[in-house]
Amino acid sequence: MNSLQFTALRTIWIKECTRFLRIWVQTLVPPAITMSLYFVIFGNLIGSRIGQMGGLSYMEFIVPGLIMMAVITSSYSNVSSSFFSAKFQRNVEELLVAPVSNWIIILGYVGGGVTRALLVGGLVTLVSLFFVELQIHNPIMLLLTLVLTATLFAAAGLVNAIFAKTFDDISVIPTFVLTPLTYLGGVFYSLTLLPEFWQWVSKANPIVYMVNGFRYGFLGVSDVGISTSVAVLIGFNVLLFTLAWNLINRGVGIRS
Amino acid sequence: MLALQINALRKVYRGGTEALKGVDLSVQEGDFFALLGPNGAGKSTTIGIISSLINKTSGSVKIFGDDLDTDLVNAKSHIGLVPQEFNFNQFETLMQIVVNQAGYYGVPRTLAKQRAEKYLKQLDLWDKRNARARELSGGMKRRLMIARALMHEPKMLILDEPTAGVDIEIRRSMWRFLKKINQQGITIILTTHYLEEAEMLCRNIAIIDKGQIIENTSMKGLLSKLNVETFVLDLSGNSIKPTLKDFDFRQVDDHSLEVDVPKASGLNAVFSQLSDQGVQVLSMRNKSNRLEELFVRLVENGRDQTSAPKQENA
Repeated sequence: MNSLQFTALRTIWIKECTRFLRIWVQTLVPPAITMSLYFVIFGNLIGSRIGQMGGLSYMEFIVPGLIMMAVITSSYSNVSSSFFSAKFQRNVEELLVAPVSNWIIILGYVGGGVTRALLVGGLVTLVSLFFVELQIHNPIMLLLTLVLTATLFAAAGLVNAIFAKTFDDISVIPTFVLTPLTYLGGVFYSLTLLPEFWQWVSKANPIVYMVNGFRYGFLGVSDVGISTSVAVLIGFNVLLFTLAWNLINRGVGIRS
Repeated sequence: MLALQINALRKVYRGGTEALKGVDLSVQEGDFFALLGPNGAGKSTTIGIISSLINKTSGSVKIFGDDLDTDLVNAKSHIGLVPQEFNFNQFETLMQIVVNQAGYYGVPRTLAKQRAEKYLKQLDLWDKRNARARELSGGMKRRLMIARALMHEPKMLILDEPTAGVDIEIRRSMWRFLKKINQQGITIILTTHYLEEAEMLCRNIAIIDKGQIIENTSMKGLLSKLNVETFVLDLSGNSIKPTLKDFDFRQVDDHSLEVDVPKASGLNAVFSQLSDQGVQVLSMRNKSNRLEELFVRLVENGRDQTSAPKQENA
């Protein structure tokens, strides 16, 4: 990467981080509050009656999934709303007239989304320490699933924003696709509790692999194979980054 | 050297509208060039293609010898664009907007901050550097877009109606600024609806209509094509009804007269005839801007010519 492209990448990343830090009340605080409520209600109040899940206390079991849920939502919504705003206010043209390569535009926006996701993930982890003692079973797997999930959903948010024509269009996918997939992705329960048919259906949900890969990193337990988790994450990353590059290269939604 | 060279440029939008029908245009380095045309003529499409905001259908564009198809990075680096619509993030401060823009062109942050001070001061925006863009007045927003476009110190500045909606005082200060940076060597391409602006600032001019260049010449050459100028004379006295031999004239009201004066005749004959009839001329002015008259005539002629064959075939 030459110095022009590196400076451009750094600039987009700084711009993106400045944006979400400027509106930290909207971007950083809500996930911490929501997840605290999950910890109190599901983990403490209901969890104490549920008993063990996968050989762990219910609170221990749900913490990795809830962190992952916050990471997914933050990375996706950061990029989708920032890129769509740039289209809406037309300041995306600042990038299009400049000699910035399309890969750098993608990496800059994804970098911003990943940074917010990691910050939110860190905040939620800090909150969880009030409720449970966390141990890290496999730090490499933990970081790998965390970063790959954040990049995947940041790229997905970018694709959503490229196609979006109105602000409604960037809330449709999170509401009707992302939220159901996350809730059905094994955050709150182990897949082994489901009948065999629904276990099989659940395995078509990519979020299952992310949550379980991350849970393995923390706790050393998983409903699916670890190598399968990593493969699914890499596969979806390749797919979404290629799609985003192809769309921006063709000027879909941004050039006439 | 040519700052801009456009050959056979065509643009057909999705839906089939042909916005450009084979435009050929060249602009010399250091020129102050006007691209004029009525609304929907193809000005903004041409500028959009030059600045990579619009994909062309066919043809070629070279900027300082660098082809948009083969040397995109270099070609883009030569251009600073001041678009027609405000296109900055309304929630960012002026400093953030200009420093980020420099970063997209590879200008390191320390240097970008120095340049930000230089250009924001030159455009009287330094005091507002920490204000959000949405807090600025219309004129300030226009100047901000000029400062932003200069941050990577381009060789060519393209301004798409830069003074639209700004008051005359700010417009004149922007003209002075543009003249100054042109004298310093920056090539400027300007589109405007204020023909007075083009006449005052530009050395060369192209007129585009319906996606085709219908005139491309020097400003002097174009104005010399104006054979007849219309003057409005304010006369003294009650119910003056003068007559003028060898001149077309119209009585506007009891005290004013419009006279078409061919360049070859001059005004002396008009004054002497009025004086002979005992009519006193209190004041006199051009009916409209000279370039405006030519512009309207050229565009209307072009339309007559393009519509004529259709009528014959019908």
